[in-house]
Amino acid sequence: MSSTHDSHADAHHDDGGGYHFSTRGYVVGFLLAVVLTAIPFWLVMAKVLPTPGLTAAVILGFAAVQIVVHMIYFLHMNSKIESGWSMLALIFTGALVLIMLAGSIWVMFHLNANMMPVHDMRIRP
Amino acid sequence: MSTSQPAYATGGAAGPAPVFYDNGDHHPQQGTLLGFWLYLMSDCLIFAVLFAAYAVFGRSYAAGPSGVDLFDLQLVAINTALLLLSSITYGFAMIGAQHGRKPHVLGWLAVTGLLGLGFLGIELYEFAHLIHEGAGPQRSAFLSSFFTLVGTHGLHVTFGTLWLVTLMVQVSKHGLIPENKRRLMCLSMFWHFLDVVWIGVFTFVYLMGVLP
Amino acid sequence: MSSAAPPDQHHLVLGRLGWDALPLHEPILIGTFAATILGGLALMALVTRYRLWGTLWRDWITSIDHKKIGIMYIVLGLVMLLRGFADAIMMRAQQAIAFGGEPGFLPPHHYDQIFTAHGVIMIFFVAMPLVTGFMNYLVPLQIGARDVAFPFLNNFSFWMTAGGAVLVMASLFVGEFARTGWLAYPPLSGILQSPGVGVDYYLWSLQVAGVGTTLSGINLIATIVKMRAPGMTMMRMPVFTWTSLCTNVLIVAAFPVLTAVLAMLSLDRYVGTNFFTNDLGGNAMLYVNLIWIWGHPEVYILILPCFGIFSEVVSTFSRKRLFGYASMVYATVVITILSYLVWLHHFFTMGSGASVNSFFGITTMIISIPTGAKIFNWLFTMYRGRIQFEVPMLWTVGFMVTFVIGGMTGVLLAVPPADFVLHNSLFLIAHFHNVIIGGVLFGLFAGIVFWFPKAFGYKLDPFWGKVSFWCWQIGFFFAFMPLYVLGLMGVTRRMSQFDDPSLQIWFQIAAFGALLIAAGIAAFFIQLVVSYLRREQLRDVTGDPWDGRTLEWSTSSPPPDYNFAFTPVVHDNDAWHDMKRRGAVRPTAGFKPIHMPKNTAAGVIIAALSTAFGFALIWHMWLAAGLAFAAIVIATIVHTFNYRRDYYIPADEVTRSEDRRTAALAAAAAPA
Repeated sequence: MSSTHDSHADAHHDDGGGYHFSTRGYVVGFLLAVVLTAIPFWLVMAKVLPTPGLTAAVILGFAAVQIVVHMIYFLHMNSKIESGWSMLALIFTGALVLIMLAGSIWVMFHLNANMMPVHDMRIRP
Repeated sequence: MSTSQPAYATGGAAGPAPVFYDNGDHHPQQGTLLGFWLYLMSDCLIFAVLFAAYAVFGRSYAAGPSGVDLFDLQLVAINTALLLLSSITYGFAMIGAQHGRKPHVLGWLAVTGLLGLGFLGIELYEFAHLIHEGAGPQRSAFLSSFFTLVGTHGLHVTFGTLWLVTLMVQVSKHGLIPENKRRLMCLSMFWHFLDVVWIGVFTFVYLMGVLP
Repeated sequence: MSSAAPPDQHHLVLGRLGWDALPLHEPILIGTFAATILGGLALMALVTRYRLWGTLWRDWITSIDHKKIGIMYIVLGLVMLLRGFADAIMMRAQQAIAFGGEPGFLPPHHYDQIFTAHGVIMIFFVAMPLVTGFMNYLVPLQIGARDVAFPFLNNFSFWMTAGGAVLVMASLFVGEFARTGWLAYPPLSGILQSPGVGVDYYLWSLQVAGVGTTLSGINLIATIVKMRAPGMTMMRMPVFTWTSLCTNVLIVAAFPVLTAVLAMLSLDRYVGTNFFTNDLGGNAMLYVNLIWIWGHPEVYILILPCFGIFSEVVSTFSRKRLFGYASMVYATVVITILSYLVWLHHFFTMGSGASVNSFFGITTMIISIPTGAKIFNWLFTMYRGRIQFEVPMLWTVGFMVTFVIGGMTGVLLAVPPADFVLHNSLFLIAHFHNVIIGGVLFGLFAGIVFWFPKAFGYKLDPFWGKVSFWCWQIGFFFAFMPLYVLGLMGVTRRMSQFDDPSLQIWFQIAAFGALLIAAGIAAFFIQLVVSYLRREQLRDVTGDPWDGRTLEWSTSSPPPDYNFAFTPVVHDNDAWHDMKRRGAVRPTAGFKPIHMPKNTAAGVIIAALSTAFGFALIWHMWLAAGLAFAAIVIATIVHTFNYRRDYYIPADEVTRSEDRRTAALAAAAAPA
């Protein structure tokens, strides 16, 4: 099916900028997602990379890219829908997720280290 | 009909008088899609907390089984494929809705629902198997956070499927009216969002869970 | 007040609910229960006598009008204020007498529930509903809209909040409440150390109310983003609307964290998971970390709307445009973002070490800067203004003095080494009461007196308003300054008995302060009664009794259901002031039918089912819980099959309503 953009019959503005669906968009997104899923699975199941640390970093990178692919091709995210408020909400949420994850990991690591000391407590992390 | 206009202000000397009231035709914009997106953002934060708990507890095996012992990556790959496929089948349903083709919409929604049920079936099988092996959520903090994170995602898929069936009934009953199209859009966002969360789950929980 | 039935009494229908759940051996509770029942029956008798059940159901319970819902939130908050304050008085009384062997009248078992309930009620069921009520009532009016974006959801949100309050109040008479403090830290709140129903009451009342709050947050953001009148750009919104926007962003971004953390604690208690247990890998410190990621934004949720109230009050009663509008907006947005970067200052002493503590100590000090900027802006607004010391202005000036002191003690506590001495001492208690009472409560009272005429058509009696203010202001200082002293001397919080008799005098002073505050509360309620009785003398017929600056003052008092017959078109900040200044003429003809949402019972029904669901889970009534849950799902699905949720107010009805206003305005303007 070739991509077609229907003009919106719905004259009542029920969106802030226009969500456009095209078969091509979905198929491209799907194929990208398949590739971006298959590679991490392969990397882990076939133990391709030398160290687990490197593998972890690489598959996290693939996950980040695939999330962006989903956002663009499936969720039609761009800076124009809902007059940019959707994008703003997404960025704000993303920042908070990072703060909560990184903050919790950092704080809990320090708490755990200090609460179970096997080292000289005069030298603190 | 009435032709009288609301009174205008007598403004400054030059230029047109400023208008302080509209003529009664003002319609506020529809907020449903933005509102639903904001709900999804809040849902994202619930998952973020569960991910944070998993990040902290991911290696707290309490001398019990770990990811290497428990995770069947082939099964997870199948599950991932089902969910990803269901995303594109929902996309086809949305294109049908855009073109006003009701049977098209209902058909692709049905396929999506079946794929969702397949996903849930496999997940329930996996959970039952783990519990049977003594690796239930009570065994360790690692397993508590695993079951809660993956289980919460599964609960969302369950509610999404229930919503999908309800919407199929409503579309077949009332057709592709604007209200139903809005609801289809909302479920679309919900469904794709669940796939996004799953990317995090299969990467962070399953794939990294089997790494030493 | 024990309630746990032995395990072999587990009943399919009644769970662990039994006769021992009733506090038949606690005279205070029996008395309270009797008074509540009698009062409730008297109220129901009055409603029946005046045949108001129909009105109550049609015009209030099923109403989706943001104004009605706002008023109901405020009523809920004020009722719960009485309960929360009763807890406070009991604590003050106990602490004033329990020295040197004298046990007082509250054993620790009871006292611990009181301080827990006091905190939970004041934060979740007094401050939050009051703040939400204000935002609900005012935001659509201030932006020139007819209602919020999702009117049904608004009704549902209110009833969920009320449902949570019902569960907390139920714990007083059936079972017991948590004895863990208002944040219920594990492992004390875990199933091993709190096997009874208390913590479960805590968990489910907050989860039910939390759903309501989160949905309300989404609702108001969508309203402000999508429904502003033509010409009202973001930078022309009233400051109260700006602070409401930021508050609701905080709500949507913070409450999910609370939901998830309480859910994890619930799983630990109900399913036996190991998130926060002492063994099998659990870590109670994670709970503290996560709950404060919610907890710090929560306190900004409470204070930001009040900052907005103060901005409106200061500019109106200084008869001047607010100084530094743009910097106020930026300060509010900066506070919103920074509030996510300071949470660890609530647990400096938990042992995260110097590097972590210093990072969060610095961010905490930074966040005080935008707040300081706001104070300066208010002062500069007042400078060279023509100040009118109406009661809202009194509350505002009181806020400036009181809140600033509390803020400074906050900056003191932000220094980790200082906090190591003062954490969980009475100094901390004095600090947060200082900012919450001085900031939130004073702001709410200022707002009530300021906007009461808009909502009800007559002003509040100024004399009793001043009595209430001075009792609160002086009472606050007597009640809490001694606590700063005690804290610096090392006295710990949450203690019901003390050994050192030299401390007693401070507690007695604090108790005296609490009595003054009680007088202030009494004066407030007297104010309501007296104002009602004198309402004709206090009547506001113009809709604009204070010569206000924002759009809500352009409507009648109270506004019609549809708020605005014609949507205003905005050209500048302080839109109503601008309209008055430029001689805008109110339209008196040409009205069109107005599209409005219908009332609905779905909100109260689903919320009632949710409350029942919570109650069933608390008492382990698994069958009832399952049925309630199924009923919730079914009721929600049934509601979605209702497509006819709106109607049109006919044009002649609008005309009649507007003609009444035209006549009232003409009568008010007529020479005496």
